[in-house]
Amino acid sequence: MSPAAKPAAKPKLAIFGAASCGGCDIAIVNIHEHIVDVAAAFDIVLWPTIMDGKYSDIEAMADGEITITLVSGSMRTDVTVHLAKLLRRKSQFMVSFGSCASEGCIPGLANLSSRKEILDTAFSTSSTDNPDGLRPVWECQVPEGVLRLPEFEPVLRTLDQVVEVDYTIPGCPPESNQIWAALEAVVKALNGTGPLPPKGSVLGAGESTVCDECARKRDVKKISQFVRIQQVAKFDPEICLLEQGLPCNGSATRSGCGALCPAVSAPCIGCYGAAEGVVDYGARLMSAFASVVEATQPEEIDRVLDGIADPVGQFYRFSLAGSLLRSGRAAWQKDGE
Amino acid sequence: MERITIDPVTRLEGHGKIEIFLDPDGEVANAYFQIPELRGFERFCVGRPVEEMPTLTNRICGVCPEAHHMAAAKAADAVYHVDPPRTAKLLRELLYSAFYVTDHTTHFYALGGPDFVVGPDAPAAERNILGVLAKVGMEVGGKVIEARKNGHHVIEMIGGRKIHPVTAVPGGMTQGITHDQRNEIEKIGRSAIEFAQFSLGIFDQVVLGNDAYKEMVLSDAYTHRTYYMGMVDANNKVNFYDGQVSIMSPDGARVGTYAPAEYRDWIAEHVEPWTYLKFPYLKKIGWKGFVDGAESGVYCATPLSRLNTADGMATPLAQAAYERFFDTLAPKAESGGKRIVHHRLATHWARLIELLYAAERMVELATDPEITSTNVRTVPTEKPTEGVGTVEAPRGTLTHHYWTDERGVLTAVNLVVGTTNNYAPMAMSIKKAAQSLIHKGTVVHQGLLNRVEMAFRLYDPCFGCATHSLPGEMPLQVAIRNSDGEVIEVLSQHC
Repeated sequence: MSPAAKPAAKPKLAIFGAASCGGCDIAIVNIHEHIVDVAAAFDIVLWPTIMDGKYSDIEAMADGEITITLVSGSMRTDVTVHLAKLLRRKSQFMVSFGSCASEGCIPGLANLSSRKEILDTAFSTSSTDNPDGLRPVWECQVPEGVLRLPEFEPVLRTLDQVVEVDYTIPGCPPESNQIWAALEAVVKALNGTGPLPPKGSVLGAGESTVCDECARKRDVKKISQFVRIQQVAKFDPEICLLEQGLPCNGSATRSGCGALCPAVSAPCIGCYGAAEGVVDYGARLMSAFASVVEATQPEEIDRVLDGIADPVGQFYRFSLAGSLLRSGRAAWQKDGE
Repeated sequence: MERITIDPVTRLEGHGKIEIFLDPDGEVANAYFQIPELRGFERFCVGRPVEEMPTLTNRICGVCPEAHHMAAAKAADAVYHVDPPRTAKLLRELLYSAFYVTDHTTHFYALGGPDFVVGPDAPAAERNILGVLAKVGMEVGGKVIEARKNGHHVIEMIGGRKIHPVTAVPGGMTQGITHDQRNEIEKIGRSAIEFAQFSLGIFDQVVLGNDAYKEMVLSDAYTHRTYYMGMVDANNKVNFYDGQVSIMSPDGARVGTYAPAEYRDWIAEHVEPWTYLKFPYLKKIGWKGFVDGAESGVYCATPLSRLNTADGMATPLAQAAYERFFDTLAPKAESGGKRIVHHRLATHWARLIELLYAAERMVELATDPEITSTNVRTVPTEKPTEGVGTVEAPRGTLTHHYWTDERGVLTAVNLVVGTTNNYAPMAMSIKKAAQSLIHKGTVVHQGLLNRVEMAFRLYDPCFGCATHSLPGEMPLQVAIRNSDGEVIEVLSQHC
């Protein structure tokens, strides 16, 4: 699959995973038979999880030679930041693929802690045997030479905090049917049979909220307190989970997944990110929560909202790193160095 | 000193890197396997409500989120001192068995299998799933795709989503399955049994029927005598979802069997400053460095380990395959202990035997009269405190340990993740393969480097699962450096 062996006209595709769980790659693989269509439409020049990961080949390319690059994963080390910049330079279109790249995802909650706290915790857990208090070092002298590690950055960043991004495909991970829909739109634009989505577009998702895709009935009842999922043996399968007191993030979250989680009596946890037009995910969600509270006095609403066990996690579970807040104060504290 | 860098081999959390240092005579002086990334789950899960752990820790690994989902749910059950209804446990195990079928299938056909089926010295461009299909027939491709699709379909039916399931919660499941779903799952399970038998047939034909491959499996380059770990049921049979953890010595003596909550009496984690990942070892034996043998606390937790540790398989067809495995590779036990196979490449065979067990188990669970019961939740009544949850992930024993305040909000988290168990054995296998295959005057050619790579690929480390697909090739780049670190030659493996 060397680039030279392909017809020059074929657009080049790169798929790169930064700090990620691999779920985005599995989701791409799960487009099943369409993976053949992708291979037919593109010359895949980089997909380290699946094929040759020669970064030197990318460096040797002309700027803009790659037609489209999908980046999943967040920016956690200096090496991933470097590679993201390299790929940006070489690519015409840069796509932020999945929640980690787009808004930091669950690992973005690391921004509530300092780098020192993160490393200290990992290397001093109760099963860790570390009497000398060792920590990973970026350059380590071993008897045979020097071993290098990428440097762990003070805060986790999203892709668009590091480079310019053209399109975003949301989701943790993006649903496979949506991935194919987004890629198909790009293929059509490239071969002139469809319009090119405007820069900044969100691809492979809807423009409304998860609530709009959810089959549960809304505006049926108000709540006087929030419940936690383990406290209720069975939720009514017909009625909105939020209106049964379960903190469900559907009202602030972008549509596109098909409301899979509420369909199995689990709350939306917000993995598709902020709905169209929402500037601050947490603020939107908080007002949605307040609207179902059966109270008129602000103090009463506050009392009910206080029933949320973990406000930061609830309101910024996937989006902390990409939010206006970006991080907690601890992340910017000196490393105690 | 010259060095050979293989980078990136992997993506466990990021890309793994192998550094092979040559001494002045051109022999391998040492090999280092580095994991260059960390995300810090043990830190940032603190402050989160414990019921969120099954969905938060899914994000540790998108390849095996089901394992984290189950370990987290079990740990959360333990935190609340709650025993889920029988049906909830059956459903969790059913989801988990479907996951095993999918996961082991993709590893054999796309990741580990190509080395054997196509051959370790075949051109890199053929050593992938397409090469496998060319060798065993294109119709097999349809079966593989169908097996993967079916597995994810079952995961979605029970877990709500194909990737990152959501239904396991403290005390059970959010909801059960319908009779129609049960019927469909049983049918899928039955076809999975056929598929597993078919896959074992391919292994027979292609690997066991080829003397050169058999010789490679039995060769010293791929043999390590370490301790083995695996979860067993009350009859010492392999179990993936629940049971006690058992340890077997290199010569086949059962060292002990412990309840998951006691894991810290048995396991400790060693730290090296040149990598972000820790090295678990057996605490009672002690860390003696990257060496094997009964004196070293290094252990292995893989399909091979589970077969070595257990007395057998709990389903009939898998049990027959288990007997045949040991009859072929370790006909006699050493010193009156249990029969043990130390040939690490036999892990691929062991994985297929587990595939058959998982498929048979799917049918057992799907045909349990209680599987469609709607009683899937026990609401906790006790104050949350501390709890441990352990499952067998495909890549090793996975343990989650949580401490909470009285509201059930996490105050501390400890995770010993599947692949991590095998970090030291992987590093040792890489070094041994390199030492056996790289000698003065040896031209470092691609087949040889692939054999070094095979040494860790057999463990199916988590990064590899993402490779479970077209074209299934591991990226491999080798820079040979002189003692000043200057690159004097670059070799690479293309698709």
